Amino acid sequence: MIRLTAIEKSFGPVRANRGASLDVATGEIHAIVGENGAGKSTLMRILSGMFRPDSGRIEVNDRDVTGWRTADAIASGVGMVHQHFMLVPTLTVTENVTLGAEITRRGQLDLAKARQDVQALVDRTGLVVPVEHRVAELTVGEAQRVEILKTLYRGARILILDEPTAVLSPPEVNELWRVLRRLRDEGATVVLITHKLDEVMAISDTITVMRQGETVGRLKTSDTSPSEIAKMMVGRDVVLAGSGRVPGEAGRVEAGSETSRAGALPASRFSLPALEVRDLRVASSRRANVVDGVSFAVAGGEILGIAGVEGNGQTELIEAIAGLRAATSGNILLAERDITRASVRERGDLGLSHIPEDRHERGLVLEYSVADNLILGQQHHFTKRGALDTERIGSHARELIGTYDVRPTDPALPARALSGGNQQKIVIAREMGGAREFRVLLAAQPTRGVDVGAIEFIHSQLRQARAEGKAILLVSADLTEVLALSDRIAVMYGGKIVAIVDGMSATAERLGPYMTGAAAA
Amino acid sequence: MKLRWLGGLRGLRGLARLKLEEALLPPVVALLIALLVGDLLILSFGQSPAAVYRQLLEGTWGNAYGLGQVLYKTTTLAFTGLSVALALRAGLFNIGAESQLAAGGFAAALVGLALPAGLPSLLVLPLYVLAAGGAGAIVGGIPGVLKAKFGAHEVITTIMLNFIVLALLNYLITTRYKVHDTLHTAEIKSGVLPRLADFYSPFHGSAANAVLVLALVIVAATWWFLFRTRAGFELRAVGLQPPAAEYAGVNVGGVWWHAMALAGAIAGIGGLNYVLGYKHYYEEGFSAGAGFLGIAVALVGRSHPVGIVIAAVLFATLSQGGLAVNALVPKQMVDVLQAVVIISMATAVPEVRRVLLAVRREAGSGKREASTAPPNRTPLPFSRSTP
Repeated sequence: MIRLTAIEKSFGPVRANRGASLDVATGEIHAIVGENGAGKSTLMRILSGMFRPDSGRIEVNDRDVTGWRTADAIASGVGMVHQHFMLVPTLTVTENVTLGAEITRRGQLDLAKARQDVQALVDRTGLVVPVEHRVAELTVGEAQRVEILKTLYRGARILILDEPTAVLSPPEVNELWRVLRRLRDEGATVVLITHKLDEVMAISDTITVMRQGETVGRLKTSDTSPSEIAKMMVGRDVVLAGSGRVPGEAGRVEAGSETSRAGALPASRFSLPALEVRDLRVASSRRANVVDGVSFAVAGGEILGIAGVEGNGQTELIEAIAGLRAATSGNILLAERDITRASVRERGDLGLSHIPEDRHERGLVLEYSVADNLILGQQHHFTKRGALDTERIGSHARELIGTYDVRPTDPALPARALSGGNQQKIVIAREMGGAREFRVLLAAQPTRGVDVGAIEFIHSQLRQARAEGKAILLVSADLTEVLALSDRIAVMYGGKIVAIVDGMSATAERLGPYMTGAAAA
Repeated sequence: MKLRWLGGLRGLRGLARLKLEEALLPPVVALLIALLVGDLLILSFGQSPAAVYRQLLEGTWGNAYGLGQVLYKTTTLAFTGLSVALALRAGLFNIGAESQLAAGGFAAALVGLALPAGLPSLLVLPLYVLAAGGAGAIVGGIPGVLKAKFGAHEVITTIMLNFIVLALLNYLITTRYKVHDTLHTAEIKSGVLPRLADFYSPFHGSAANAVLVLALVIVAATWWFLFRTRAGFELRAVGLQPPAAEYAGVNVGGVWWHAMALAGAIAGIGGLNYVLGYKHYYEEGFSAGAGFLGIAVALVGRSHPVGIVIAAVLFATLSQGGLAVNALVPKQMVDVLQAVVIISMATAVPEVRRVLLAVRREAGSGKREASTAPPNRTPLPFSRSTP
């Protein structure tokens, strides 16, 4: 039995958990669902002892264990399988599983015994992996099984899995479900984090829905439907028995909409396409066709929103259009000019602006001043006689800081010192403001991790750019945002665009099945 | 909301002071720790620390000859330190300054031997700089290209290239260029540079020479390049956050190899200090570890040109001081002291900075809001110093 009550956890100004709770009975498979940033992973890290909650209570098997550490959690049979594998590729499966709990005989490793033990565990659980192979030789699915074996080897009876299917192919997912059910039937408790609703329906017995750090509901899987869960996740029009919520205004009217299949796009209501993508294929280090034959066009004065669960190729699609990732085939056209092979700088000079999804990684050089960050990517336009034109960089910065209300207002401050919302304003100001002449804007997760005031500001900027005739390709994991801003919405699943619907008539309920692959074209 | 911004502004007023404090306090504390360890070392030899340190200062800064020697050593260390620092700014660890320095010196000697005697220094100096810098750029550029094209780690390739280049130079000297019964080339007769003693006689006998001026010019030029040019802007962005640099349209691989070639060129020009300023010939092994010590100089100087000069003076003083205190304690003690300085810089500087920031946060809690940015992810502990 697991019971988390009134958990609070903040990181700086960000409140990751605000009074979150969790209730899991022994011997069930429990799914925690919610959008990105809903606080799922934080809550699980608190349960597994990685984080201490600021306040709240953790009980495991009727024992108050609030504030325990990872070692205590492991000793009490609570083990977490992380989203990113923590394995040593050059060691064998047996060595990885026993690492940190090695079997020794008179000071020497007893590998034979270790192999026997691990093989026995494999046979008992059905987590089939070749125990003598090196981890480097395994498939992703097998590597994940090794992670689970590692946790079980340490005696875990409560297994926490953080987005276990993010890297698995459908058959591997089915195999994982089989194993998890078997573990449950033997009395283990499984808690898994996911944001894919079809998985929730397939595997879980009970569900906890989280939104913005809070627990908004606990459901029995057999009594609910994906659309009900989606509503709770998104937070609109939710009528939840016993929650005390009053039904809000009815959602968008769902009428007269037409959904078409990828390839046969509904004609844009606007002018000539500013950005066109034709049968684009992109590879990542993990998968050959992470973007798998995507075609669409965005016209000036239009926002095309891309909805979809993260990890379905959106990141790679945007990076390919921006010039940060090579396309394996297909074409990208900017104002009818082929830019498939153009450099990042050429694309920028041709009128492509890009708000990258991760401002800490790409969008800003955190150690650089606000002024320097405001010219990032356009530094070649701010030179005078071979040197940087500090005067113009300064006046440019003062102008944008004023127009975009970046605070504090000192252009010499390192970007690191600003809050997330103000950091994002720097990126927005640079990509959309001042002398920047852009035709097409790629806006990837433009409001991720920023406060409500900044979200409104950013949304109004996007709407204004649309009114000025700019073409905007919006990618967001926040479905509400996509619904609120887009003229048309394309849904990506498995690297393909599975549907393009009219923005006016789209609802979370209608997009949900496409996003989760339940209604793939 | 309003209060929050006011708090932010209050914190800003002393920003310059805070920045200076952050830049200076940690290295000073680290140096004090090193001195303390030095005290213990000296005491273990049964000597008085005060006496040894006095002797060390008298033998270096106390007389013109000592000072001249310190300046000579400072010159070479400024070049090699700057070389390592420039690469660090691009996120690369140049362990090859030793062989880049030697290659530069050798190339200068070859040019000098080919020139007719008696040409004026100012006329042929550019030729020497070009030769020494070019040779260094080749030795430094190879690991850069290997990194950019094949992903070969520059630490491995620069170390290995040290062995190859130094062995090759040794081979060329011993089989071809040495004067009989020596390990050096014949003397250069053209364009050699004056020693400081030529201008001010008390420097007599010391090796300090006009290359010192060249070093200062290159230090200033490097500062300008790093902080005032677009290429420097892009280079530092690559060193701090490669993905952001890529996003900004910078060719990361190109910056890598250009930075390594430039770093090699700077170290190579350092070879002139010995060949053109001091002995007027290339001698096997003249680099004598100055390239490796350049790593320490870059670290202690926090990869900033001004810091490099200060650190070069510090290490040159210690190295010359080792000879001065030889009567009291073994001169190897100074090697140990240099090592202690490096270790205390590498460990104490981040620690002191952490404490400093924690104290400030404590003092400012409730008034200023913390940043949501994740902690600085640093590939090397000292590659991200603020200018």
